[in-house]
Order: sequence, then structure tokens, then C-alpha cells
Amino acid sequence: MKFKLKIWRQKNAKTKGQFETYNIENVSPDTSFLEMLDILNDKLIKEGKAPVSFDHDCREGICGMCSLYINGRAHGPDDEVTTCQLHMRKFKDGDTITVEPWRSAAFPVIKDLVVDRYAFDKILQAGGFISVNTGGVPDGNTIPVSKENADESMDAAACIGCGACVATCKNGSAMLFVAARVSSLAKLPQGKIEGAKRAKAMVAKMDELGFGGCTNTQACEAECPKAISISHIARLNREFLCAKIQE
Amino acid sequence: MSNIFCSTIGKKLIMSISGLFLVTFLLLHLSLNLTALVSKEAYKTVCDFMDTNIFIQIMVPVLALGFAVHILYSIIITLRNMKARPIGYSVSNRTEASSWASKNMFVLGAIVLCFLALHLSHFWAKMQLQHFIGGHGKEAYSLLIELFKNWYYCVLYIVWVIALYFHISHGFWSAFQTIGANNSKWIPRLQCAAKIYAIIVSLGFISIPVYFFFGLYTV
Amino acid sequence: MSDIKLQSKTPDGPLSEKWTRHKAAIKVVSPANKRKLEIIIIGTGLGGASAAASLGELGYNVKIFCISDSPRRAHSIAAQGGINAAKNYQNDNDSVYRLFYDTIKGGDYRSREANVYRLAEVSRNIIDQCVAQGVPFARDYGGMLDNRSFGGAQVSRTFYARGQTGQQLLLGAYAALNRQIAKGSVKSYTRHEMLDLVMIDGKAKGIIARNLVTGEIERHGAHAVVIASGGYGNVFFLSTNAMNSNCSAAMQCYRRGAYFANPCFAQIHPTCIPVHGDQQSKLTLMSESLRNDGRIWVPKKIEDVEKLRKKEIKPSQIPEEERDYYLERRYPAFGNLVPRDVASRAAKERCDAGYGVNETGLAVFLDFSSAIQRLGEKVISERYGNLFQMYEKITDVNPYKEPMTIYPAIHYTMGGIWVDYNLMTTIPGLYAIGEANFSDHGGNRLGASALMQGLADGYFVLPYTIGDYLASQIQVPKTDTNHEAFVEAEKQVREKIDRIFNIKGKQPVDALHKKLGQIMWNYVGMARNEDGLKKALELIKELRKEFWSDVYVPGENSEFNQELEKAVRLADFIETGNLMALDALNRRESCGGHFREEMQTEDGETRRDDENFMYVSAWEYKGKEHDPELHKEPLVYETVHLSTRNYKD
Repeated sequence: MKFKLKIWRQKNAKTKGQFETYNIENVSPDTSFLEMLDILNDKLIKEGKAPVSFDHDCREGICGMCSLYINGRAHGPDDEVTTCQLHMRKFKDGDTITVEPWRSAAFPVIKDLVVDRYAFDKILQAGGFISVNTGGVPDGNTIPVSKENADESMDAAACIGCGACVATCKNGSAMLFVAARVSSLAKLPQGKIEGAKRAKAMVAKMDELGFGGCTNTQACEAECPKAISISHIARLNREFLCAKIQE
Repeated sequence: MSNIFCSTIGKKLIMSISGLFLVTFLLLHLSLNLTALVSKEAYKTVCDFMDTNIFIQIMVPVLALGFAVHILYSIIITLRNMKARPIGYSVSNRTEASSWASKNMFVLGAIVLCFLALHLSHFWAKMQLQHFIGGHGKEAYSLLIELFKNWYYCVLYIVWVIALYFHISHGFWSAFQTIGANNSKWIPRLQCAAKIYAIIVSLGFISIPVYFFFGLYTV
Repeated sequence: MSDIKLQSKTPDGPLSEKWTRHKAAIKVVSPANKRKLEIIIIGTGLGGASAAASLGELGYNVKIFCISDSPRRAHSIAAQGGINAAKNYQNDNDSVYRLFYDTIKGGDYRSREANVYRLAEVSRNIIDQCVAQGVPFARDYGGMLDNRSFGGAQVSRTFYARGQTGQQLLLGAYAALNRQIAKGSVKSYTRHEMLDLVMIDGKAKGIIARNLVTGEIERHGAHAVVIASGGYGNVFFLSTNAMNSNCSAAMQCYRRGAYFANPCFAQIHPTCIPVHGDQQSKLTLMSESLRNDGRIWVPKKIEDVEKLRKKEIKPSQIPEEERDYYLERRYPAFGNLVPRDVASRAAKERCDAGYGVNETGLAVFLDFSSAIQRLGEKVISERYGNLFQMYEKITDVNPYKEPMTIYPAIHYTMGGIWVDYNLMTTIPGLYAIGEANFSDHGGNRLGASALMQGLADGYFVLPYTIGDYLASQIQVPKTDTNHEAFVEAEKQVREKIDRIFNIKGKQPVDALHKKLGQIMWNYVGMARNEDGLKKALELIKELRKEFWSDVYVPGENSEFNQELEKAVRLADFIETGNLMALDALNRRESCGGHFREEMQTEDGETRRDDENFMYVSAWEYKGKEHDPELHKEPLVYETVHLSTRNYKD
């Protein structure tokens, strides 16, 4: 297969970026999208040009590191995948493929397609935990947790923190990310204890960092590689509003 | 709960509650309008009731406040959300991801608002407002006949109602989602309810200009 | 040969009381003094994150470093199957001793008894800790924790969270870490890479790190340094490790005098998606848990194999009696659940005999049809849904309809920095935990034990044992990063980077890395022999020269430069590869993941040589010009009776 690639190039956070066009040939349809970029980079390096920087790590869809906006969609034209799980067989031979970084005020570009997602860490630091020290905890089976609740908690906990929700939301909102964590812990008896405090702290931090608000467009859910449901956003809203009203 | 409305969720709560309030008002308004399809007398009776009932008198400013708050917060929220993405994408292909209405609520709202202004100047200013300021309102039924004679007014009216349809089809279920009264089972149910509600309201409103334009009334 | 530096410091007393007695005997640091002490932790996987969180909670000042944009990206996150713990919740006669015994046996008697027993002991606390942190482990309908079984064990002791156990455990540890970061007891340095260890008066006192965004070279001082940077599987280029996983931090320590133990022990995981072409960047693992319900086979008839390769028939069309379920045939007692090394070699044996089922001849089937018949598609999808989805995304084959194809790939490295019972390396003040050390898995690691070890070290071992050393450091002031040792180390790092840039050769880093991978896979892979290993050493030597004369790294140091990062890491991979080959050559026995063709039984099983090789080989760096020196820590088994591993009956 051959493709025309329009890729965002930006030297660093301070400079302005622009699109560059590259042609690539002899790509097997079984190649993953990132392997295709590897091939491009190999070519660029051999030509003495600067390779395209992009974030990636596990290449099996779990670390949440890869973050490309491909042909107008976060993680490209396939559902429930990360960019690293996207294969070239999803494109047509001869396609023009536009690759952009995540766009969000809270995710500044570091270089080319690499963005800084430390804002997500900051939100979790604000309250995405259960305040328990190592040691001195009861036996794991002391408090039964219904299978239903454990499963729903796990549904939300599947979030890989990639930022596709923010990237795809027209408001650049991080609600799905925050909701996934809040909801996952709210569904467990261990997490309920600090539920109110957690929801308030995490939402406040999210707002402070410049993410937009949720207008329930459901784009996040559709592009989430782990298909996390917006029902978790409803739960976050509930947790947050109840907590605030009780204040 | 001192600073609840400083948060993005709190602001959305305002949108949600004021929206649900306006949606309820619409149903009331529609049921009154529909009396015009019954007879001139029936319509006159409800108009008189609206002009004189003390509860309605109190609710009018509340309603106005509801509108004002809904509009004001939509502006605040939209401005903030625009700031969250200073640089946009060159290619955007999110058509399947979310409903068209959900992405264009502000625009839809703005269209509804423009026609609302027109609507107020044509009807409300000549009817209820006259009573409030002590004057004599125009005879309501003949006002309907007169205005809906014009095809362009009918078209404008219908465009307005279509915008309203889209606005409600998203806004209705979205309001419940924001309040948190939702889960994976109820999201599709409420989305369906929103569509049904929006269809009822818009068909109801459209029936009025159609009725008068085609002269289905008897004087 | 007893070595003054290789004192394992294993406490006396009966095996089951060693840890308790040891804890009572070691020193502790008072809260007031903890506040004065600084600890640097490299890596934020299960080991690093849990250690940083626990040490932060205790009141130490901790600095953590990770190369990713967030601690949560560490490769522990990719572990799928589960975590072992001797809880005996299933009432199937599990116990600490049984977990200990399975681990020792699974490791082919090349791990330290006392360490493994401690691991089994604290495994129970790990589950409790994780539940308290809100890890959503799978539950049964009564609300109790659920278990599954894993290779190398005859009991069900593996706790899991769908196919994302590693992710959930890491998110638990990461959450605990975040709590400490918010409190200020832990400082987080993301997108930072350790490039050297700084030693003052023979003690580990800090690191030199590169800020990967700006290229700045930074100095960080501390009272102790903990290496939790994972294993060196990426020496092979193609492995199940993440692309950025590397062994540079460990190699810096090795160069500064920490002994490197058992480097030849690398685990080949039997269930990975086969290689599809030469542009492939990594291999994807399919969790071992699949072997619970999947049956591994190849056709009995070579004609069927040929038809499969030509795509003339589908695997599901081959009748039951024409299939060779070779694991069930060879190992009736454990069947498809034999340990990883055994399953991998059996797959290689079949493929070498010409029964490989895909075009490359390097694949066998993992079939779920009988499980689907028995349990229904719904149950199978509940258990493995995400793995099946992942498989289909990658290969375009629906595993509910046709069997998966799998082949072994490098997955985990049991070897690592040598540590004593306290997890301290041969350098005072330098610790190594998790996959980065060598101590618990011997020649082969059992499934679901890596997560257990990472968290055991980080939550329950290091926080105690590090106090024993730090108690002697309470009078020592904050490390002065203007000390000449720091100046010198920084200078060396800068010189190394400049040197790499100045080569300006022709080959991209990846091209050279692929060459290294080829050498390693061909000669230091699943089966090794003397000639091959000698050849490998020659080839690595040439490759080293090639790297230092022909690598091309574009860009500059003062920017985000992924090629530079890769080049620095590759230089260390080459050294690690060399060390692996040396160690494999030295260990003339077959043991666990290390298979020397000269040392096998008639039916192709491993043949250990307990008389000559019952020791940990620990390699000491002797400078660029010299080969490293081998030291031996004899392994003493006080409790376990050594036997030949037998998974047949």
C-alpha cells in the first residue's frame, strides 16, 4: 500500500508548527499505524531529515501513551482501539492521511505529535485515591463486594489515561477521564468513604487546569479506546452535586 | 455549597434546571395554543385567564428570569469551552461520534432566541404585555389569523420550531444527565423520551400556523 | 569460592521464621530522622510506585523518576493475567509453603530459598492492600474474591481483574503514589532518564538524569538510590516489553560496581502473536490465562500443515483425531498448564520438526473450541473478551471461530542486579527491586508472579529493609550535588552524548538494534549451544564497533530527541547482550529458561547440573577493555529437596 501523509511538525512548545507532506510506499496492510510511522522515520533519518516525534510505548493498547489524531478522529478510523492497535488495512490504498497532535489548552505540544498530559496526573493527585497507608488493612474478603458493583467499577477503571476523550470533545473536556476514576472508586465500599471529598477535589482541579465543561455530546464515549460509558459522567455529576449540596 | 456555581458542573446544573423549567413552560404554552384549534371562544377564554390569573402574573417574571439565566450561562459556558481548545484541528470527522444537535446547541439556542424576540414582539407585546401595562390588548384570535396569513411568517415560525426540536431533543435528556439522574440503562430511555417530547412539542407548535395558513378555522 | 561482597545476609532460623526474625533484628529510623533522609527511586512500575508510596507514607523524602509522561505508563500496566497469593480462598489446600515450593520448583532451583519464602509470605498482604486501595478484582456472585489457575500450579491462587490485572494493580500503586505527591513527601520527575549513578566514598549518593523534554542534564542527590527500572528483554528488539523499556539504569549501576546476576535467565513466553514481517516493532502477548481454557495443538499429518500454509483449509476443518495436542500428550499431569519455559520449548520442538502452522512455519494453535462447547461463548467472552478482541484487531482472525496462532517470544528477564536479602546491591545504599533484581524467580518465573514480586518488594520488603541501612545515615547531611563525584559523572554523561552525536554514521538506531535482536534470538534465544554462544560474542563485538562508528543520531541534545534516547539505551543493550551470552556460555547446564542443547535428556527435557552450577553467577564490571569477572553465590537449600522438575505425572 502507499499513502500520502500530512503530519503536524512543531519544533517545540514555543515555536509555531505547520503541516508537512510525506509519501510512503510498500506498506503491508498488516503493519500497525505506528510501525508505518517507524518506516517513515527510518526513511527520514536515512535522508538526513528530522524524524517525526510521537509518543508510544507498550504498543498493545494499554499504556495510554500513544495519542494521535488521525483523519479527524482520536486514535484514527477504528472503534475501541488506541493508535498502536490501528492497522493500515483500515485505510484505502493511496489515501491521504492527516496526523495531528491532541489539541487542548491543558495539553501543550512538546514536539511534533507529542503533547504534555501531566494535567491528568495533577487531577488524580488532587483526589483520585483512597487514603490508605501500606499495611494495617483488613483481609481482602472482609467486605463483600457484589459482582455487579465490582464489574461496573472495573468498567470505569479500564481507563488508560490516553486523553482521547479530551482530544475529541469539542469542549476539550476531561469529564470522562475524571468520571472514570470517581465512578470506579464510588462503586466500591472502600472508595465510598471519601467519595464526596474526592469528587469535589478532582472537579475543582479539572476546572482549574483549563479543561472545558461537558455538554453531553457523547463524543468521548465513542472515541474512548476502552469504550467507557458516559453513565460514569452521570455518576460523577451525582457525586459532585450531592457533595456540594451537603456542604 | 457556597461555590457550587463556580464549577463547570455547577454551571451546567443551572443550564439543566433552567432548561427543564423552560421545557415544562413550552408544554403549557403549547396546550394553551392548541385551544385555538378548538374554537375562537376557547382560545379567548384561556387568553383572558392568562391575562388575569394572579399565579400567571407572578410566573411571567420568573419565566423571563429562567430565559435570562439560561441564555447568560450558555454564553459563559460556551466562551469557557472555546478557550479549552485554542488551536483547532485541520480535519475533523466526528460525525458518527455524537448527534448533530449536541454539537450545535449554542447555535440552535441562538436561532431559537432570535425568533423568540420576533415572536414576543408580534404576540406577547400586543397581548399580555398590554394588559400588564393597563392598556387593551389586541383581540388574540384575529391576531393569529392576521399573522399566519403571511407565508413567510409561517416559514420563519416553522424554522424556529425545527431549531427548537433539535435543541430539545438533546437538551431534554442532557439535563437529566447533568443532574446525575442517569445510568447506562436510562441514557437510551431518556434519549428516546427526549425525541418523543421534542416531536410532540414541535408538531403541536407547527399545527397552529398550518391550521391558520390553510384557513381551516371558522370565524 | 566465597566472595566478601556476595554475602546474601540470609537470616538464620527455620525458613518460616526467617523474615519475622529478620524484621525484629534490623534497625528502624525514627519519624523525626526519616524527614531528614532522601531516597531516589528510578522507575514507577509496580515495584517503584509501591515503594515510593510506602516510603513517602513513612515520612522519607522521595524523588521518583520515570521516562514516560506519567508514572502510570510503566510496563507493569501491560500484565494481563493475574497475581498469585497464597490465600487458600478456594479451599484447595494452598498455603504459603505450597506457593513457595511451586515458585522454587518453577524456577528450577536457582533462586534463593529465603527470598522466595518471604515472597510467598507477604503475597497475602498484597491482595489485602490492593483491595483496600480500590483495585476492582474479579468477584464471584457471593461478593468474594475470585481466582483462576495459572501455569506451574495445581491450585487456583491467581487473583485477577479481567485481563488487565497489571493495569489495575499499577493504578492502585500509582494512586497511592499520587496521594504522596499531593502531600509533598514524593516529588515526581516525569520524562526524566537516569544516565549515571553517582557514588561518594563507595556509597550510592545520587544520579545524573536527563530531562527528556529540554535535554538538560541534572544532578540529584540522596541518601539511598533504588533501581526499579524493570528488565532487559528488549535486548532482543522484538519482545513483549514496551518499546521504551530498557536496562540503562541497571547497566549504569553495573558499571559503577553493582554485580549483575544470572543475566542468561530470560523467559520466553509461549503465547505471543507470531511475527508477521520484518517491519514489526514488537510482539504482543496473549495472557497465559488463556491456557486455562485453550488447548494447544498442531496437526498430526504434515499434509495438513502444508494445506494450512497454503490456506487451502481452515484449522477448524481438521478433525479432532488428526490433531496433536502435544502438551497434553507429553505432560499428562499439567497438560496445557505446564510452566512457560516447558511450553515454549515444546512449541519450538514441533515447529522445528516442521509442524508450524503459518507461512513462516513458526506458529502453533491455541484452540478454544472445546471450551466454547463446554461453557458457551458468553462465559469465554466474560473471561477473555478483551484478549479476543485484541487478537482480532491485530490479526483480523476471529478466535471464537478459528483457533489463535501463537509462538513463543521474549517476555521477562529473571536475571538482574544482584541483591542480598535486604534487596541491597553490592553497592552500599543502592537497592534493586522488582524485575530489575534477580532474586526470586531463579531460572524461570511462574505466571502471575511478576506482579507479586514487584508489589512484595515495594510495599512490604524494601520499606523495612532500607531502614537498616538508612539508620546509619541519619547523621549524614543532605548530599551536596556540587561534590566532585557529581561534576565528574555529569561530565562523563555529556561526553558520552557528544560522542554519540559526533559519530554521524549511516545507520539509524533501530537498524542496529534489530541486528542485535537477530544475534540474540538466533544464538542466545530459546536453545543455546557453545559454538553459537561463542559466535554471538564475536558478533556482538562487531556490532559494538559498528554502533560506535556508524550510528546516526539526528537533531541535538537540547531538545526532545527520541533517537538520542534510543541510541543511549542501545549502547547499554549491546553490553547487556554481551553479558547474557557470557553467562549463558558459562552455565553449562539446562535450567529453567536457559536451555543448553548439550545438556538435555533423551526426550528433550532440561538437564540440570546441581553439582557444578548450583550458584548464582554474579558478574563484576572490569572496565571497557576487559571481560567482566564472575563471582559465585552458592545456593543452599535447607528446606526444599532438590528434584528434577516433572510435569508429566
